[in-house]
Amino acid sequence: MSRRRALLSGAGAVPIIALLAFGLTRDASLIPSPLPGTPAPPFALAVLHASTAEPIRLADHAGEVVVLNFWASWCLACRSEHEALSTVAERYAGRGVHFYGVLYNDTPENARRWIAEMGGQSYPTLLDPGSLTAIDYGLYGVPETFFIGPDGRVAYKQIGPATEQLLVRQIETLLGTVTGEWQ
Amino acid sequence: MTRIIGQTALVMALVLALAGAVAAVVGVRRRRPELVRSAQAAVWVNFALLSVANLAMVYALVTHDFSISYVAQVGSRSTPLLFTVISLWGALEGSILFWGWVLAAFTAVAVYRSRARLPDVLPYATATLLTIGAFFYLLLIGPADPFEPLWPVPADGPGPNPLLQNHILMAVHPPLLYLGYVGMAVPYAFAVGSLLSGRFDDVWIRATRRWTIVAWTFLTLAIVAGMWWSYEVLGWGGYWAWDPVENASFMPWLTATAFLHSVMVQERREMLRVWNLGLITATFVLTVLGTFLTRSGILSSVHAFTQGAIGYYFLVFIALVLVFSLVLVGGRSGELRSAGRIESMASRETAFLLNNLVLTAFTFTVLLGTLFPLVAEAVRGVKVSVGGPFFNRMTLPLCVTLLFLLGVGPALPWGRPSAALRRRFLVPLAGLLLAVAVAALRGAHQPYALLVFGFGAFAALSNMAEFAGAARARVRAHGEGPARALLRVIAAHRRRYGGYTAHLGVVALAVGIAASSSLRREREATLPAGGILEVAGYGLRLDRLWAEEEPQRFVIGSDVTLLEAGRERGRLEPRLNYYGGRSEPLTTPAVQSRATRDIYVTLMAFENDGSSATLKAVVEPLVAWIWVGGLMIALGAVIALWPGRRRTRRSVGVQRELPLQPAAAPRRRVAEGGAD
Repeated sequence: MSRRRALLSGAGAVPIIALLAFGLTRDASLIPSPLPGTPAPPFALAVLHASTAEPIRLADHAGEVVVLNFWASWCLACRSEHEALSTVAERYAGRGVHFYGVLYNDTPENARRWIAEMGGQSYPTLLDPGSLTAIDYGLYGVPETFFIGPDGRVAYKQIGPATEQLLVRQIETLLGTVTGEWQ
Repeated sequence: MTRIIGQTALVMALVLALAGAVAAVVGVRRRRPELVRSAQAAVWVNFALLSVANLAMVYALVTHDFSISYVAQVGSRSTPLLFTVISLWGALEGSILFWGWVLAAFTAVAVYRSRARLPDVLPYATATLLTIGAFFYLLLIGPADPFEPLWPVPADGPGPNPLLQNHILMAVHPPLLYLGYVGMAVPYAFAVGSLLSGRFDDVWIRATRRWTIVAWTFLTLAIVAGMWWSYEVLGWGGYWAWDPVENASFMPWLTATAFLHSVMVQERREMLRVWNLGLITATFVLTVLGTFLTRSGILSSVHAFTQGAIGYYFLVFIALVLVFSLVLVGGRSGELRSAGRIESMASRETAFLLNNLVLTAFTFTVLLGTLFPLVAEAVRGVKVSVGGPFFNRMTLPLCVTLLFLLGVGPALPWGRPSAALRRRFLVPLAGLLLAVAVAALRGAHQPYALLVFGFGAFAALSNMAEFAGAARARVRAHGEGPARALLRVIAAHRRRYGGYTAHLGVVALAVGIAASSSLRREREATLPAGGILEVAGYGLRLDRLWAEEEPQRFVIGSDVTLLEAGRERGRLEPRLNYYGGRSEPLTTPAVQSRATRDIYVTLMAFENDGSSATLKAVVEPLVAWIWVGGLMIALGAVIALWPGRRRTRRSVGVQRELPLQPAAAPRRRVAEGGAD
């Protein structure tokens, strides 16, 4: 057994292992979005549990924080984030923070049944027939959550289920008042 | 209770595997045979323990024991029994449990078969296999615990991933793949045993070659079954997409194929020893890499399992295997100089060397394309994806070269060629020209497709000539009928003619792929009931739409009649399956397969009132050749592996596995007196 040869050959493994180790720190399913930092695509969408026919417009919320959550009744991960979304939306109601669900590839009947089954939703869900708004936002799958700042720009995009901690952190950053709540 | 049985068995297996590995190494170093025997006992017991754990899981699945989280994750009361049983490998934890069982079984058979031979090498090989096993048992106790309890116990589960319960081939493809992947651990273990024991003669080759063929056969069948599944289920009419995980299964296949050829050069000419050890090691490392890529989520792929801590366990395992193997092969490389040398460029060994160069280049190309997104992100911080165009462009020239070598190689003699060699290629060359002309007349104009048809015909005729020549000689010498003579020839030289049979399979597969991808015709249209979709001279009439409720799914189907020149040529029934809780339906395309072409119809969409539907129809020539080619490769391997009559019942294995000599070649091995 030649020690020098052995060491030299063994060293050959290092770059491969380093590359794989680097790979583990990444999430391959995350696709970078050009949206953060750019003005949020405008929308005017009808409300699922509508009392009026008047659509909700993004333009009406200038200077406020908007949290846009794309979901569907057939999406399993949407179930797991539902409670966090409802709780946080309730907590920030009336503080210039508006939560909207946007229904993706689903029927209003299914969505109503799902909300009833989940024990309600503390904010309105909007209908997006033809998925045009989803296309504008470059939706890859559900759930995805977009945080739109007072300046009307997309500040952050969350792929996959949102947690209470994440929601609070993003909203507080946008409100510019970092409280001790999430630390 | 099931849970306790399963977990106890796995913990015992881990302890036993580690103890057995230590006992084997200490036993051989200190010359204490009773320790070596105790390690072998650990191997048998481990197989029993893993069988218990796997049966416990199957029992839990079949009895819908949702208190076990794995069952709650993949099981459902409405899933048919077969798919419930095969959901044993439907998700991460179960697949590793099954993997561990296959490994324990391979270890037991390998150790049992070699127990009376290889006294120096086998203990190290046993220790290697037990250590690999220990890693998997560790996963099963730690980050991939299949028996993890769940509370509160749900009443029902979601059922297996719909893709895994949509087609019967899912019962076939994963186990074959595991048999192929795990099987490669056995030749690796013998290589390690040879390196550690310092036995540099070719003992390990004899123990290893058959095991490599076994694993390689399973891997071949697994890859072809995977292609077939993709074709029958995914609805795009294709079978290969250069997905990272497809590549991961293809790379060890390439290196193992290279080994199966270069090992003959070592046997005949005492050359390429380091190279062969390197190939076997690379094959095993690539199987582990493949497992890592599938289970760590570092590359995005349709095959990816859920990710988690398991990626780090695998990283450490790969690092250990890689460093250990490189140090071992590298450290010994100085002691493994070749004894023989190349005598002529036009010799069998030159063809094998070129074959190895091309296969290695192929492996590197696929590895580069697979890992490049990772490299790009590490170096430049950008996300890139490498797809079909890169792989096709880089590998098609290599495929054509391989076909050429596959036609030339069998005709070349070992050592020096004789003068009559040129005549051997007249018929294959005529076949080459004829195939290109016929293909061009039938509408093929892509250069690579034409090259594949041409060299495919060349290689097929050249290999067939080997069968024909030998059979003719036998007819003349013994006066037997041609069919009988052919069978006798094959039976007398199983390895050689098994190899040529596999060659014919590879040609069929290559021609099938070239024809179906370059000559495919495809059309899509929305039709009213009674409407006809015309494609490539065929008509598809949409007769009606129907719906059916099944326990685990809801099916929308369509009755389609195939028309050719106004005559009815059969019925097709493409469907869409809706599995509970998921909005996207899964297609079940309808395929009418003939030797010359497949007609592939997918139901893309439909109106709820049944008034119209969108159909996609693909006409692909020679698709069936791919599946037949895959089976022929396996048949060739079985012929090569078939035990010979005169070899059974002999306990000393040194003489019995010498390669079969072609009648014309002198026995150089004896004349030259190798180095060992």
